Amino acid sequence: MSSLRVGARRAEKLHSRYAHGPVRWIVLAVAILVAIAMLAPILIMLLNAFKSAQDYSQNGPLSLPSSFYTNGLATFWNRTNFPIKLLNSIFISGLVAVFGTFLSLITAYALGIGRVRGRTWIIALFLIANMLPQESIIYPLFTMANAVGLSNSQWSVIIIFTVIQAAFGIYLLSSVLSTFPNELLEAAALDGAGRFRTLWSVVYPIMKPTLGVLMVFFFIWTWNEFFIPLVMLTSNDTQTVPIALSSLQGDRMMDAPTINAGALVSLLPALIFFLIFQRTLTRGVTAGSVK
Amino acid sequence: MATTATAPRRRRKASWVGYLPYLLPAIIAFAVIIGYPLAMNLYFSLFRWKGGLAPMRWVGLGNYADLLADEAFWTSFRNSISMIVAMVIIPTIIGLILAAVLFDYLGRCFGPRVAAVLRATYYLPQILPVAVAGIVWNWILNAQDGAVNVFLGQLGVTDPPDWLGNPALAMPSVMLVLIWVQIGYPVVIFMSALQRVDPELYEAAELDGAGWGARFRAITLPQIKPETFVVTLTCTIAALKVFAPVYVLTRGGPEGTTLVPSYYSFLNFFDKSKVGYGAAVATVLTLVIIAIASAILFFQARVEREERGAR
Repeated sequence: MSSLRVGARRAEKLHSRYAHGPVRWIVLAVAILVAIAMLAPILIMLLNAFKSAQDYSQNGPLSLPSSFYTNGLATFWNRTNFPIKLLNSIFISGLVAVFGTFLSLITAYALGIGRVRGRTWIIALFLIANMLPQESIIYPLFTMANAVGLSNSQWSVIIIFTVIQAAFGIYLLSSVLSTFPNELLEAAALDGAGRFRTLWSVVYPIMKPTLGVLMVFFFIWTWNEFFIPLVMLTSNDTQTVPIALSSLQGDRMMDAPTINAGALVSLLPALIFFLIFQRTLTRGVTAGSVK
Repeated sequence: MATTATAPRRRRKASWVGYLPYLLPAIIAFAVIIGYPLAMNLYFSLFRWKGGLAPMRWVGLGNYADLLADEAFWTSFRNSISMIVAMVIIPTIIGLILAAVLFDYLGRCFGPRVAAVLRATYYLPQILPVAVAGIVWNWILNAQDGAVNVFLGQLGVTDPPDWLGNPALAMPSVMLVLIWVQIGYPVVIFMSALQRVDPELYEAAELDGAGWGARFRAITLPQIKPETFVVTLTCTIAALKVFAPVYVLTRGGPEGTTLVPSYYSFLNFFDKSKVGYGAAVATVLTLVIIAIASAILFFQARVEREERGAR
């Protein structure tokens, strides 16, 4: 009791020393300035996405739009056939999130709970697979996709990313599952549950929140991927959103407002996702960092 | 107690074979999607080959010998050092300071809400597709109608610089964009690391009269060492692999000043139709990444062992 009170008094004293003086306002101002610098490119893009080309050349990048002009948006939307790219991105990222999480779970089940022999080495091997530069596998994958009739197919990208993302998922989940409460496993065994039943009705329900975080991660990572989709998806009707935007580069018809409108539309899904899952994402980043 | 703990372990040890079917899909998938292509890439690197149905001509280590004399190859790896500065060193230092200021200064003065909002803002660029963020920066830094130069023109600067087109400025400009992209990651990791640190350590130090700087050096830095290693490792690998920002900002130009290994290998594969040569570049990059990652992990293990010994 008394030590608690001493602690509280100590904390109060500390707090009061922190809470006064002008320094804190200066520090806050600097931190806000950094935040503005981080937001500036996005804000300036937002500002210029709704200008006409003349408005931009006359009034410059920092003025407010003289009228709410949506032609840039329409130009980009039609030129890139945007709805198709959006569907492609959702289709690829969504399936990778589901398949990758499933593959991570069953593999981590064998490694973390099954304690398969040599698991440390197996996990290390998966980790190396995750670290490899994609250039070191792309050309063979490219020729393999051609050989099996999956050239220019979203399925080639889905399969590749399911494996690459699962490499991280396996690493994360096996360290989580290796600390899975033993009593639950034993109770399941006493009830006569086999390995599959144990996975499905004991492990899976308890792991659901972690699996959710993993799915969000796989989705956004795959959404942001550039290199492999750039190589594998060669035609207009299979491309993803980032590839579609970058393929407009050097297009002479693209004026500054159209580029900005395009970038805005391409950033929006990721941005919305970020706002919804901000907490989940932060938790996930840090969960993956140190086990 | 001891018997109940060991008995199930023994039983499970005997039955790990039963779990193999759950491991099988991943093993097959890795063999097909990672292992086999990796071996094929190594195989391709021993040939002169234009790709597709063109004949493959065996050259042994010829491609690797050519690399040694290839100025562009050496430039690309020298540029990797700039990438490490922009994606590891600067963001980690700035991220460390920002995280410490947010967590144990602003968070306490103005409440955790303020700290959380600022943290989210710093993290935002990490969420955006890097290719899309790169295109926004490409416009901002564009010589003719980019935001920076149009703004400079309005201020009366008659001859604003070509940020991405000038060989002397291109690399610093790319580095600036990468720092912007990277900062949020160490901030988020370090802030969660700081939550682990026992607040009594700080209180004790402060009662002893230690200032903010002294506490940062004596408590914060040593306590978050594991996370610092993780950030260094993951960011170094990312810096060595960097592709999309270079592709959308400069395509390695001007005059090869921003060329990086991954882009150079891509260029050889799909632009110059020198598949064997591109495969050799990719193989060297892979070996460099594995060597550097192993070195960092080894160093981490040694530091941890020394600390345990000291205690």
